[in-house]
Amino acid sequence: MSVEPLIKLENVTKSYPGVDQPAVKNLNLAVTPGEILVLVGPSGCGKSTTLRLINRMIEPTSGRIIYEGEDVTEGDPNELRRRIGYVIQQIGLFPHRTIAENIATVPKLLKWPKDKVRARVDELLEVVSMDPSIYRDRYPSELSGGQAQRVGVARALGADPDVLLMDEPFGAIDPITRDRLQNEFLRLQGELKKTIVFVTHDIDEAVKMGDRIAILRDQSEIAQLDTPEHILTDPADEFVENFLGSGAILKTLTLRRVKDIELSPLVTLKEPFQRDQALRQMSDANTSVAVLLDRNDHPTRWIDEKALNRSSALDRAGRPISVQLQPEDTLQDALAAMLTTAAGMAVVVDGRGHYLGGCTVESLAQLLIQTGAESSSS
Amino acid sequence: MEGVFSWFDYMSSRTDLIVGGLSQTLVYVVLVTVAATVTAIVLAIVTLHQAFAKELVLAISSVFLTIPSLALFTIFIPIVGLGFTPSFIALYLYAIMPILRNTSTGLDSVDPSVLESAKGMGLNRFQVLTKVQLPLAWPVMLAGIRVSALLTVGISAIATLVAGGGLGDFIKSGLARLPLPNSLEAIWTGVILSLVLALFIDSLLRGVGRFTTPRTKKA
Ligand SMILES: Nc1ncnc2c1ncn2[C@@H]1O[C@H](COP(=O)(O)OP(=O)(O)O)[C@@H](O)[C@H]1O
Ligand SMILES: [Mg+2]
Repeated sequence: MSVEPLIKLENVTKSYPGVDQPAVKNLNLAVTPGEILVLVGPSGCGKSTTLRLINRMIEPTSGRIIYEGEDVTEGDPNELRRRIGYVIQQIGLFPHRTIAENIATVPKLLKWPKDKVRARVDELLEVVSMDPSIYRDRYPSELSGGQAQRVGVARALGADPDVLLMDEPFGAIDPITRDRLQNEFLRLQGELKKTIVFVTHDIDEAVKMGDRIAILRDQSEIAQLDTPEHILTDPADEFVENFLGSGAILKTLTLRRVKDIELSPLVTLKEPFQRDQALRQMSDANTSVAVLLDRNDHPTRWIDEKALNRSSALDRAGRPISVQLQPEDTLQDALAAMLTTAAGMAVVVDGRGHYLGGCTVESLAQLLIQTGAESSSS
Repeated sequence: MEGVFSWFDYMSSRTDLIVGGLSQTLVYVVLVTVAATVTAIVLAIVTLHQAFAKELVLAISSVFLTIPSLALFTIFIPIVGLGFTPSFIALYLYAIMPILRNTSTGLDSVDPSVLESAKGMGLNRFQVLTKVQLPLAWPVMLAGIRVSALLTVGISAIATLVAGGGLGDFIKSGLARLPLPNSLEAIWTGVILSLVLALFIDSLLRGVGRFTTPRTKKA
């Protein structure tokens, strides 16, 4: 970690008036430029307080906040906040302002010229996949929850801040839309390379979104700060282990991709072939299903022994292959795909749909057992 | 039927008096509503972040409404004499509470997440107030202003008892001369013109509301 941190909290303590215990106690935290740092922990452990200390929505009782190498503990908080994007769960769009006016809030505060503001608004709507000509002049009450959240992100990006602070941004959104927004956001981050501090209470979201994760216990004490892989396979203590839950090893599946594992060769059939030879191949490979490829090596159907023994045409025998994996898919996706085929395996194809190999439940189980053994021995 | 004709006769022979009474009441309504609105908004803003002061100010302004109007009109006579001034003071004190209460309620009921995001984007307190809180509270505030304006039309009829003029003059003189000729007509004049004025002001302020309420929908 030779890179200078973009944000640093040094010995920061926050006590709310009238509360005995500080909400954040003596916290030291450094955020690296370009990373998504996730703060995750049980409700009430001080995640929001920690986040709000960074843009001085609340003032620390003691300690220092360093932003871009500069001590910003004193000085004008409004000026600081205009340099930091802030997204909250309830979004808080201005109901009496159009989408365009909402997104233009910070650029206008910074007195950008009118054309530059207008161009920026359209650009940001495009960035969050919303057609400017449709949404520019709408009002927040006319948006769905997912759209409002997109506008919230666009508004936070208004004046192109280096840093985004996000407090459970997808917490109030239905699971399907949340998944889509998370993926979209990760793709966006791939281009924007912002420095992001992301608060959630959901360990699955933390694993998915985080380059690094800080697991917090009461008073924002860091129980473990590391990459998702290390935390999942090597939890620092019992608190972290309990917080990860029993499925921690399973969660590592979301971190690995199909391309990271060795594909298993499946028995493939391609016309013309001899049926009895195919049957012999299958029994040699100790499997009851084979993959039928078409002329262009695209997998088309699962063919089992029964289908081969019958004399009917092969293009209607067995079952069609409904789910195919690509190297970029996560092993979580792979597991789901295998479970949809009774065969307990899935085919992997390249970007043009050509057969690459297979992925089997056995190989995944092997991997998980290995991971588990490594983490318990360390 | 005959009554209606004799009322028209009464009115048409006294247009000067009627214009005088009507405009005096209108002056009360306009001045009192403006003064009370300014006072109430300033009080609501000053006490915005001080729960105790807010309750105190609201309690004091409510106390005035519990004082019988005749008492409130006469109480200031020893200090300011008869006529317009004691009437104005009494009406002004009555008119503060509805506007103050609605302004406080309106400012308080702005969605906390809207305020949080406004602050988070670096709007200072004054900008949060003028760009977010007041525009969002405005429809509720205006409803309070309407109540106060109508209240002033009604209660200003008492001004006549402290020589403050207005449409109350007709009612007072009519009551004093009952059952002599033209006494009922005088009372009707006072009551009906007050009613018409009230309806006029009400629809005027509703119109203002329609044009000044911030939009929250495109169509
Ligand atoms: N404004 C406040 N006044 C007093 N106590 C507060 C305030 N905000 C939060 N707290 C307390 O501080 C602790 C941490 O809260 P918070 O940072 O919101 O936790 P989290 O976001 O992790 O759920 C909690 O015990 C909470 O009750
Ligand atoms: Mg929180």
